[in-house]
Amino acid sequence: MTRRHVAVIGAGPAGLAAAEAALGAGARVTLIDSEEQPGGQYHRMLPEPYAATHPERLQHGWNAFDRRRRRVLAHPRCAWWPRTAVWALERPDPGTPGPPRVHLLRGPADGGGRSRHVLEPGALVLAVGAHDRVLPFPGWELPGVFTAGAAQALAKGERVVVGDRVVVAGTGPFLLPVAGSLLEAGSRVLEVLEANPAATVARGWLRRPWELPAQAAKLPELVEYAADLAGHRVPYRTGRTVIEARGADQVEEVVIARLRADWSVVPGSERTVPVDALCVTHGFSPRLELAVAAGCALRAVSSGEFVAVDRDQRTSCPGVYAAGEITGIAGAQAARAEGALAGWVAGGGDSRLPALLALRRSRDQGRAFARRLARAHPIGGQWPGWLRPRTVICRCEETDYDALRRAATGQAGADPRVIRLRTRAGLGPCQARVCGPTVAELTERLSGEAAGRQVQGLPAASPHRRPIAQPIRLGELAAPPERIPNSDTEEWS
Amino acid sequence: MSPRRVPAETDAVGRCERPLRITVDGETVEGVDGQSVAGVLLAAGRLAWRRGPSGAARGVFCGIGVCFDCLVTVNAERDVRACRRPARDGDAVTTQSRTAPGTLPR
Ligand SMILES: Cc1cc2nc3c(=O)[nH]c(=O)nc-3n(C[C@H](O)[C@H](O)[C@H](O)COP(=O)(O)OP(=O)(O)OC[C@H]3O[C@@H](n4cnc5c(N)ncnc54)[C@H](O)[C@@H]3O)c2cc1C
Ligand code: FES
Repeated sequence: MTRRHVAVIGAGPAGLAAAEAALGAGARVTLIDSEEQPGGQYHRMLPEPYAATHPERLQHGWNAFDRRRRRVLAHPRCAWWPRTAVWALERPDPGTPGPPRVHLLRGPADGGGRSRHVLEPGALVLAVGAHDRVLPFPGWELPGVFTAGAAQALAKGERVVVGDRVVVAGTGPFLLPVAGSLLEAGSRVLEVLEANPAATVARGWLRRPWELPAQAAKLPELVEYAADLAGHRVPYRTGRTVIEARGADQVEEVVIARLRADWSVVPGSERTVPVDALCVTHGFSPRLELAVAAGCALRAVSSGEFVAVDRDQRTSCPGVYAAGEITGIAGAQAARAEGALAGWVAGGGDSRLPALLALRRSRDQGRAFARRLARAHPIGGQWPGWLRPRTVICRCEETDYDALRRAATGQAGADPRVIRLRTRAGLGPCQARVCGPTVAELTERLSGEAAGRQVQGLPAASPHRRPIAQPIRLGELAAPPERIPNSDTEEWS
Repeated sequence: MSPRRVPAETDAVGRCERPLRITVDGETVEGVDGQSVAGVLLAAGRLAWRRGPSGAARGVFCGIGVCFDCLVTVNAERDVRACRRPARDGDAVTTQSRTAPGTLPR
């Protein structure tokens, strides 16, 4: 009997659940992650050499995760490929059915001698997650300014704290677990600053309150974090943010100001606080390059673009499924439900199975919760008010706000490609992952043109197009890859 | 104070430490097995190790391999993301700069 071969990219909550469900449906699974260990961001594990005896003390839901991880990784039909980066997806020739080929590099991150492989799976599940979105402000490029996710990953994954006197700022519920981890690891968290005023946060959270209990499996976790902050006497202040980081060669102090509901700065409200680290997040950006490479349609919402999926997590691209934060920022529980659905259907399971109803409900509640969060923690339209002409917008190329303004209002027009070439914003090593959404938003505002003016004769530029999704060295590219053909002879639908 | 590692003796997760040594621009830096190169550098009190185009100092920003601020050379391989690369005992790390020729470091 031939079994369908499902490749799952990403072993976070979504990918691990997808692998488990695909195995349950009878498929053969290759589970791929660039990290050393499974878990993704939410279940980031301590390194094996740490030999931790109480890893559960750092995570919610550790036991369930640990059981699932062992089950999946030890399964006879599962091949677990850690330390493996997917650097490209290659679409099949027109007319040939099937998901794209998966190009892999196995070995230490960015190392030269990694081995190259090509998978030809019968179905593909994309579960690559998201990263922090951070809006620029003067001084955000100083060492000592971290994304909130970086502080979280270092504390949870390595037991390294980013500093002793730390301010956590931005918007969203993620501020709370980050502050919690820093406190647990012994930092002094001076303040936690939610940029949205209390009224916006409360209105968002309490909208249709009767729906909240069903949606918010995360609520007890958040309440716990809030109690933790209170216990440590850490103030959680709403309607305030850091509008500037200052220091000679690293951050030494931050300027905190009050914000109105639209995030305009209340003049005269500024105060200065000495710190040795600042952690910032303004939400999450999905990692879209692989979905775009596969040809998956995206959907736009107020907070950005995500992979469009149907009720069973199918993307617009035959044989390709998406799950977790690349389809919407809804937290680990929704990611798990999406992953389980995607994996089951990708593995050839019957999508009419009654048990899927509960999964879909759990996913839909997660999504409803995400919409609630988006309303409670929006990005205020007046945030560019804190930018100065010399504020760095593109960290890689150090393009400043003034250069972007000149380019966006110049003769050549505001086509994203023109802006990129004139200012170099987005052309650096991160391939616009960090500044992309910001440059697009600022360009649109400065030029007064929606999505920038298009250059005639050229297709619309996708900000998420990165054909080389992870760095590959020339030597590695030159070596012939090992092909692992598909054993799948079934028709997928 | 600079970044640091939670001391193993008081760490609630109950872990052990196997020391390792790397060199950074020739200088010995101590870390523990399992840490990333960035983690070793941070815990050793180094907040920045790379220079951007203007010469401005950079270290870790995103911590998960997205921003490429933390690039270093490891054993003669350029452009390795320090936050993603596990440190190995004896690794020779060299810092990098994107400064254009003729630019004075700030
Ligand atoms: C740094 C960070 C820390 C976070 N910490 C928390 C937290 O403590 N608590 C919380 O509630 N939420 C946290 N979040 C939010 C978190 O994103 C979700 O709760 C949850 O982890 C999402 O699950 P996921 O499976 O969709 O993606 P993720 O958990 O992000 O998993 C995606 C996986 O895909 C892998 N991957 C991506 N691209 C490739 C590629 N090209 N090749 C190979 N592998 C690839 C990644 O290595 C990763 O392991 C964090 C987010 C970030 C960015
Ligand atoms: S800190 Fe962003 S890539 Fe390493």
